[in-house]
Amino acid sequence: MDFVMAFIVGGFICLIGQILMDTTKLFPAHILVIFVTLGAILSGLGLYQHLVDVGKAGATIPITGFGHNLVTGVIQEVDQYGLLGVFTGALKSAAGGITAAIVFGFLMALLFNPKSK
Amino acid sequence: MPVLTKEQQDYKKFSKSKRPKPPLLKNMTMAFVVGGTICVIGQVFLSFFIAKGLTPSQAAGPTSIIMIFFGAFLTGTGVYDKLGKYAGAGSIVPITGFANSIVSPAMEFKREGYVFGVAAKMFVVAGPVLVYGITSATIIGLIYYLLHML
Repeated sequence: MDFVMAFIVGGFICLIGQILMDTTKLFPAHILVIFVTLGAILSGLGLYQHLVDVGKAGATIPITGFGHNLVTGVIQEVDQYGLLGVFTGALKSAAGGITAAIVFGFLMALLFNPKSK
Repeated sequence: MPVLTKEQQDYKKFSKSKRPKPPLLKNMTMAFVVGGTICVIGQVFLSFFIAKGLTPSQAAGPTSIIMIFFGAFLTGTGVYDKLGKYAGAGSIVPITGFANSIVSPAMEFKREGYVFGVAAKMFVVAGPVLVYGITSATIIGLIYYLLHML
């Protein structure tokens, strides 16, 4: 059942992105920025967690889930450390993902060359 | 805005009507199916880590790391860009697309050197995502902090 819900929720989030791309002049970079911000706002309002409960990976794998991850990290750290947590929470919680993106991204770019189109 | 003559307005309408419209329904279907499938692959790892004893929120971390690895690797090998031609947002919105947005320009600008080429261009798209993501999360954190102080 988790797999079906992941497919539906994840697919639906991507579908919204596709509609935005086809009906507006937004670039993929705009879509990513809008979605990460939207994920953060929905998470701050306490709504995104419901989507994660229902869609599991379908809600955490899209980039909106990255925004949610940043916000849950901040809120946890604020609960624990107060004002300092406002500054440390987001990156602490996303440390694994950001490090993986930088290190794997850099290594793959060194290893491979662009394919001629 | 310059005032257009009748002919210019007609031509504008005419050229707009001839511009190819994106096949919306097909694109939407492809985005849904590919995006959904990537999330199902993510769910396989998420379920695996939960079965290993992690809580769902702990398991999301290693799952993202693995998906980012696949996104970066498949971009390097050229597979991801082929997928992207058909999948549109279905390959952009998942975290694998974030990895793709890092590796793709980094490879492309390798000839400009390892500092100003690879390392700088890695963040052409990822940079804005981090800036807006981290800033909005921090503002939300500050609001949360202030609300709980009162």
